[in-house]
Amino acid sequence: MALAADGGDGVTGEVAVLGAGMHPWGKWGRSFVEYGTAAARAALDDAGIDWRDVGSIVGADTVRGGYPGYVAGATFAKALGWQGARVTSVYAACASGAQAVAAARAQILGGLADVVLVVGADAAPKGFFRPAGGDRPDDPDWLRFRVLGATNPTYFGLYARRRMAVHGDTQEDFARVKVKNSALGALNPYARYRKRVTAEEVAASAMVADPLRLLDICATSDGGAALVLSSVEFARRHGVARPVRIRAVSTVTPRYPTTVLDLPDIATDSAVAVEPSAETFRASIARAAYEEAGLGPDDLSLAEVYDLSTALELQWYEDLRLCGEGEGAKLLRDGVTALGGRIPVNTSGGLASFGEAVPAQAIAQVCELVRQLRGEAGDRQVADARVGLSANQGLFGHGSAVIVVR
Amino acid sequence: MSHGRTPVVTGWFTGEGDGFRLLGTCCSACGSVFFPREDVFCRNPGCGGEELREVPLSRRGHVWSYTDARYRPPSPYVSDPELPWEPYALIAVELAAERLVVLGQAVPGVTVADLAVGMEVEVVPGVLHEDAGTTWTTWHWRPTGVTA
Repeated sequence: MALAADGGDGVTGEVAVLGAGMHPWGKWGRSFVEYGTAAARAALDDAGIDWRDVGSIVGADTVRGGYPGYVAGATFAKALGWQGARVTSVYAACASGAQAVAAARAQILGGLADVVLVVGADAAPKGFFRPAGGDRPDDPDWLRFRVLGATNPTYFGLYARRRMAVHGDTQEDFARVKVKNSALGALNPYARYRKRVTAEEVAASAMVADPLRLLDICATSDGGAALVLSSVEFARRHGVARPVRIRAVSTVTPRYPTTVLDLPDIATDSAVAVEPSAETFRASIARAAYEEAGLGPDDLSLAEVYDLSTALELQWYEDLRLCGEGEGAKLLRDGVTALGGRIPVNTSGGLASFGEAVPAQAIAQVCELVRQLRGEAGDRQVADARVGLSANQGLFGHGSAVIVVR
Repeated sequence: MSHGRTPVVTGWFTGEGDGFRLLGTCCSACGSVFFPREDVFCRNPGCGGEELREVPLSRRGHVWSYTDARYRPPSPYVSDPELPWEPYALIAVELAAERLVVLGQAVPGVTVADLAVGMEVEVVPGVLHEDAGTTWTTWHWRPTGVTA
């Protein structure tokens, strides 16, 4: 079922983005509540909306902040000052932010709220992410650490090596992603890493999960991001005649049988009884968003993709159909995905420059698209940006893609 | 002091030496294979199967991809923080008959330099770690050309 993609005055499946706000990414050593509240206040300021006029708040949960993290919506509502808003808290790992946007959109389109505040924030540990405590032999996330010592970079390394074997990608290709993204991150005041990195520096960094080195793999960060969403009609009453609008939110799950070893699994499904789809899960995430928006890859002005590793960014090019299978490295080498190229990718600097703040990251991706579509991205600005897509994948089968238009 | 040998997970593998096998389950209705095992409900969305029987998985497969752990993984992975970290390789192996990919550690001593995508490997019994009372056993993948 596709939502109407009509951005005009008729009935529409779109919601307006009134405001976007972030707390800078880093390792600040403070509570996720502070980062999220700062981002929320910035988004409300940006929107020109009084918090007391917000009808609903949706929080993207963190599993690292104790109970307040599991009820993030209420945690942020309390921190902003209880005012009676409807509350929702969602968790979908790296896709939590997109789920929060999806929940907010459904409430607006369903007539349950005119204005919804979406907030996600995290305070990350040093080093590898690890599973929640306790012995849980029925939890695949616990098992992969206990039985195999399989960290997140283990999976990134497997994907990268597979690309090298199947498509002929090289470690130099992967390093080029870091060089591109670090140059963009250097221009972004919200990024944690603001220094340009050279290919030589990537090659000289420590090997973590062969063939990936430290500078190929995204760090874990503190950060917070927020959006103020409303009905398009409310935005116009509020004085925003042509708001940036969210046209599609993809939150699809995989289809049995999976054929790519996804986090945190120890094995794929078996394809003995059911022939697998020719389309991978990641590709289906983008396709669902394109279909809902009534748009295709040729319509995009820019994209924000989840570069958990440099190699994974190349994979996303293909999954978004920016190029054919196996052509990701060539697209990068040809400068197509650099600022000034046909389809700049990760103009924010990407995870390479931010490090991942899990529940905030998918919201931060949308913040970047909004800034670009408003023409407020400064030195990172994509000329005449009209359509942006963000994409990511949360472990345990969470697709996430958002298409924003103006 | 005698050590008991305990599988790190119950019911995932069985046997010794050449008889060692990973254990999955197979749906009696549709034939789908599951590893790790599903014992109650078939996960094929087009199958209502509720009868799953234990099956040994193929002993040999081919490398789908591989990587290694150059840094000590966090708990609950068990390693002695007093000892220098020894990297190990991890191999994702495609089993042709079951049409699935299973991840595992490589046998000690095999490094990424010894591996290639498509190479044939076989499953062998291995030791994950030992503590005062127990030797915790697991499965390892070993290139078929190697006997060490």
